[in-house]
Amino acid sequence: MSNTADIIMIFLVLTNLTLLGLSRMGSCIRIVAIQGVALGFLPLVLNNWNMELGLVLFSVVIISLKGIAFPWMLNRTLRELATQREIEPFIGYGISIIAGTIALVACMWLSTRLPFPEPLMSPLIVPVAFFTIMSGLFLIISRKKALTQVLGYLVLENGIYAFGVALVRQQPMLVELGILLDIFVAVFVMGIAMFHINREFDSIDTDQLSRLRS
Amino acid sequence: MILALLLIPVIAAVLSLIVRNDMLRRIILIVTAISHTSITITAWSVEPGALWNGWLMLDKPGLLFLTITSVLFLACSFYAFGYLAGEAKSKKQVFEEEAFFTNAPEAIFCACIEGFLATMTLVTVSQHFGLLWVAMEATTLASAPLIYFHRHHRSLEATWKYLLICSVGIALALLGNFFMVIAATTPGAEGTTIVLNSLIGQGHNLNIQWLKAAFLFFLVGYGTKMGLAPLHTWLPDAHSEAPSVISALLSGALLNCAFLGILRCYQVCSAAGEAQFCQSLFVLFGLISISWAAIFILGQADYKRMLAYSSVEHVGILALGVGIGAGATFGAMLHAVNHSIAKAMLFMTAGNIIAIYKTKTTKEVRGILSVAPITGVLWIAGFLAISGIPPFGIFVSELTIAKAMIEQGRIGVAVAFLGILAIVFVGMSAAFLNMAQGPKNNDLQIKDRPAMAFTILPPIALGAMALMLGLYIPPVVNDLLHSVASVLGGY
Repeated sequence: MSNTADIIMIFLVLTNLTLLGLSRMGSCIRIVAIQGVALGFLPLVLNNWNMELGLVLFSVVIISLKGIAFPWMLNRTLRELATQREIEPFIGYGISIIAGTIALVACMWLSTRLPFPEPLMSPLIVPVAFFTIMSGLFLIISRKKALTQVLGYLVLENGIYAFGVALVRQQPMLVELGILLDIFVAVFVMGIAMFHINREFDSIDTDQLSRLRS
Repeated sequence: MILALLLIPVIAAVLSLIVRNDMLRRIILIVTAISHTSITITAWSVEPGALWNGWLMLDKPGLLFLTITSVLFLACSFYAFGYLAGEAKSKKQVFEEEAFFTNAPEAIFCACIEGFLATMTLVTVSQHFGLLWVAMEATTLASAPLIYFHRHHRSLEATWKYLLICSVGIALALLGNFFMVIAATTPGAEGTTIVLNSLIGQGHNLNIQWLKAAFLFFLVGYGTKMGLAPLHTWLPDAHSEAPSVISALLSGALLNCAFLGILRCYQVCSAAGEAQFCQSLFVLFGLISISWAAIFILGQADYKRMLAYSSVEHVGILALGVGIGAGATFGAMLHAVNHSIAKAMLFMTAGNIIAIYKTKTTKEVRGILSVAPITGVLWIAGFLAISGIPPFGIFVSELTIAKAMIEQGRIGVAVAFLGILAIVFVGMSAAFLNMAQGPKNNDLQIKDRPAMAFTILPPIALGAMALMLGLYIPPVVNDLLHSVASVLGGY
């Protein structure tokens, strides 16, 4: 049981590092989708594949949102952008991966310092969740395209979700679904906004969004 | 009753999307606002029952912030009626550049503004922290299309920044929520709920380290939304590019709702005996915010941006007031009311000035008093109200906060606070007075806009309220403010 969880966590680390080094937006969307699917299995894995109706339903919702709906919406936006599909980072890919590795070590160290009220299912969950959050934030600030910022937001959200699933059991379904609905609408609205940005500016480079100054 | 408060705007939003007639849609908006406000006022005398095991409940802080939101929305709905009637359907020019734009469909505007009301109402009545988070993120999503009402690239840029910065900020607050669950988990016990009252009941049994971490994430997360410097970067853009009536709602209602989110966490921390820790952070962020805002107000060339930075200053004062505690808590709550009223009035008046002068640049506006006397007087009155000149309400609340600082012997903070207020006053007076006075522009053509009364009367009404709160605070309001302050550990 703990083994499967560990495998998912290691998979998460690998996908994060891949994202930091990838240059094509289409591949990034796919990686984030795979990451979402892996996370969707996490609640089941952590509960010993206990096929409770609520849990299964929750997993199905997560997988269909993160694995199907989000990538579909983002891919559609990507198709609208006829021109460039490269990411154009502010910070180079090599440096990004090195920074990611340093962040991973820092998260590992940090998680050993935290006191938890209950023993954890897998010692990797907390550091990996924090690392995913950091990767998401890093993607948001270091990449030019609006689309990669949305991907960064999704990765950030994945990290927070992993942390939540691992440590916070028995949260009311209603709240969980509300949170997912919010994220869904957020990505949807961001998708529309990107579509408009592309039409107004002929690109989704966010460094062009700089007319409003103090 | 709570259900009615939530459902009325939702139903109205759905209706707005279905109805094809513009006039009917505007009437729905006003009817929604009136019914929402009347139910809110009823809630002052009849306490509404709790719903869903106490997840939805209107406690004293919730009632205060709900009332602010509802009253402002009422004023804004009348203003929006006149505003929408006066907006041309054809292409218009962007003030700052050689570019043209059209407005978003009016149905989307009406539906989103009503949805915005529903989500803000949900923020004020949520007792469950998870639900509070859901509502808070929903306010961002409902208001983003409103900022992009004028469809040009400047407002689009503002919308993108607003969406992304606030979503990321609020995502961090979700992490804060999880930390709070861990803080409330007792080993071996089944299930943990993060409902406000049960957390307060647990008090000292909460895990302090995790609770402190949770407060930090709440402060950073919801603080982004509230506009505390240095997390405020979305705020000046969104406030200056949104239609003025939306700026009024964002500044007067939304920032307060975000503040309520932080205050909820502060309540739990106080119950766990960690009020001191939170208060020092409040004071720190408060001081940073007011000084940051003061720097940007000086020499600000765009008067709507100036009002936006003034909002950063005033949320800083709110945080500072709660951080000082004791009597200043009451001052901060009174300040929340006063600031909302005065700022909404100013944004509405700014909207009227834009309609006449077609520019947001301070220098290009001269002689409002002779061109449009009522708007000119409102502009000056709003300036006096917002900078805390007696007899307006903000004078009383700022004095209360300053008095509490001196009583506690925190002379350094008091000197900084009053000094920065003076700087802001100087910076704003130069801009406001130059705009109001001077000869009028001859090439300016002033046309009577349709439904002008609707855009003039709401700021007049708000101005009267701002003045009244400075001279006389009705006993019911006073009692509510004091009971909110006592919930927050002050008096």
